[in-house]
Amino acid sequence: MTSSPSNSSITSAEVIKVARLARLDIDAAQVEHFTEQLAKVLGHFTDVDALDLSDVQPMTQAYPLANILRQDVEQPCLDRDEVLAAAPQAQDGRFRVPTINGEA
Amino acid sequence: MASLPTTASDIAAAVASGSVTASLVLEHHLAAITARESDVHAFNLITIENARQHAARIDADVAAGKSVGALAGVPLALKDNMCTRGIETTCSSRILQGWKPPYDATVVQRLRDAGAITVGKTNLDEFAMGSSTENSAFGPTKNPLDLSRVPGGSSGGSAAAVAAGFSAVSLGSDTGGSIRQPAALCGVVGVKPTYGLVSRYGLVAFASSLDQIGPFANTVYDAALVTEVIAGHDPKDSTSIPQPVPDLRSAVGKGVAGMRIGRITDLPVGAEPEVLQRLDDAFQALAAAGAEIVDVTLPSIEYALTAYYLIAPAEASSNLARYDGVRYGLRAEASEVNAMYGATRSAGFGDEVKRRIMLGTYALSAGYFDAYYGKALKVRRLIADDFDRAYTQVDAILTPTSPMVAFEFGDKVEDPMAMYLCDIYTIPSNLAGHPAMSLPFGRGAHELPVGIQVMAPALGEVPMFRVAGALENAARGLA
Repeated sequence: MTSSPSNSSITSAEVIKVARLARLDIDAAQVEHFTEQLAKVLGHFTDVDALDLSDVQPMTQAYPLANILRQDVEQPCLDRDEVLAAAPQAQDGRFRVPTINGEA
Repeated sequence: MASLPTTASDIAAAVASGSVTASLVLEHHLAAITARESDVHAFNLITIENARQHAARIDADVAAGKSVGALAGVPLALKDNMCTRGIETTCSSRILQGWKPPYDATVVQRLRDAGAITVGKTNLDEFAMGSSTENSAFGPTKNPLDLSRVPGGSSGGSAAAVAAGFSAVSLGSDTGGSIRQPAALCGVVGVKPTYGLVSRYGLVAFASSLDQIGPFANTVYDAALVTEVIAGHDPKDSTSIPQPVPDLRSAVGKGVAGMRIGRITDLPVGAEPEVLQRLDDAFQALAAAGAEIVDVTLPSIEYALTAYYLIAPAEASSNLARYDGVRYGLRAEASEVNAMYGATRSAGFGDEVKRRIMLGTYALSAGYFDAYYGKALKVRRLIADDFDRAYTQVDAILTPTSPMVAFEFGDKVEDPMAMYLCDIYTIPSNLAGHPAMSLPFGRGAHELPVGIQVMAPALGEVPMFRVAGALENAARGLA
């Protein structure tokens, strides 16, 4: 069961692109599944088109606070060994990752 | 033997006075866990040995005549998205399974300092995304009142822990209703404080402009007590409000004489008839207690769900980018780093989390940002403006917490929109940043509890607890 493309606000090609941007590997069956579900959720957003929002300021904060700074003094931070102990791989006090850009 | 105290305030008073030991109270709760946890599955982890050691230390302090905290000996359960140093914190996700944080959340530190005894980490919908705990990677929690039904979510384990007597109080987090909705479905009290009242330091982030930590409890007074302990400015959270903690406990018994309580005339439809009947009962009870009921309109809240389901996923897609297999949690082995990212995230995240990450990534991507995310933020402003207008007329507003009582497993899990509608009455307060709480008020279909939501303006916890206290009084007459 898939929704008809005319009702879809997102295409399977866009889902594939978004999955790549989000670093998610998804297979063909999942592409179809997610396209249908995301189209359904996004479809509800057309309701908002009924509103005139031209003079409305976007709300970017739940509670207005500004310029929250602390004193510029040294403070203890997380223990390096404790942090590295939780990493999948560490070496010489650093996180170890696989090859980047084909370099060994 | 005299029966043990059950409320947090009674337990703390009894332990502090030496009339009951923290260890005895703890064993009583551990016995409840032993008897029913295999059916309920409220916990991802039970920390029995730590709890016993902490209780013994409290008892030693009391015996030595030292002063103990406001929650001395009170058994506490923590939602498993709050960091506990050296103790596994998973967010009910395979991507964090086994992770032991190198620090404590501020709320964890404050509760421990107050003498609360952590008995375990509770189950949730993966990364707090869901309304039933069915999205947990470790299996759902069941509603202690009816094991064939969901406890709500995402803080379902924390609600179930209090409802089942596994702990006297618990903490949850609420991004769109994740404390209030499970509180309603499990018949307990649940509070989402004003955004910024409680530090989010050490709460694993879902949607940073909406997330807020709050308590579950059996009574409104206990909820006020725990809120006071965890509230207050924290320099480690730049969104923490630098103001003193209000006296909430004294608000609980103050009554509502002279208060103005709002009834939303354009409340979004879809609630079960019994739920709407209990809402009417609640208004009548408040009127009888001396409050004036005033009709208010909130024309934009019909768009709240739509705005929320773009804003929350957008923030989530950014917050969850950190799970890349490098610094903590799962890593799927691959020969090259980009392949490792994709393999790790695909293996580590469940379907609902992937769905929201993709929705958010889409809403933030080039060409769609203004059409979706930008517009959603403007709708958020309209909703906040609606509330501001309403709160010139009233001190608090009442709605149902959830449109329905606890539903059966599998009812909504295949239809994301049906699940999202569970939060239709709770989401507006998150968007506005306002406090709101749920308390049990009578019963609905299948004799299951109905939750009534009390909403108030930013930092309006005092009027909110006044109203909740009066409703709790009235609810005793319904039982």
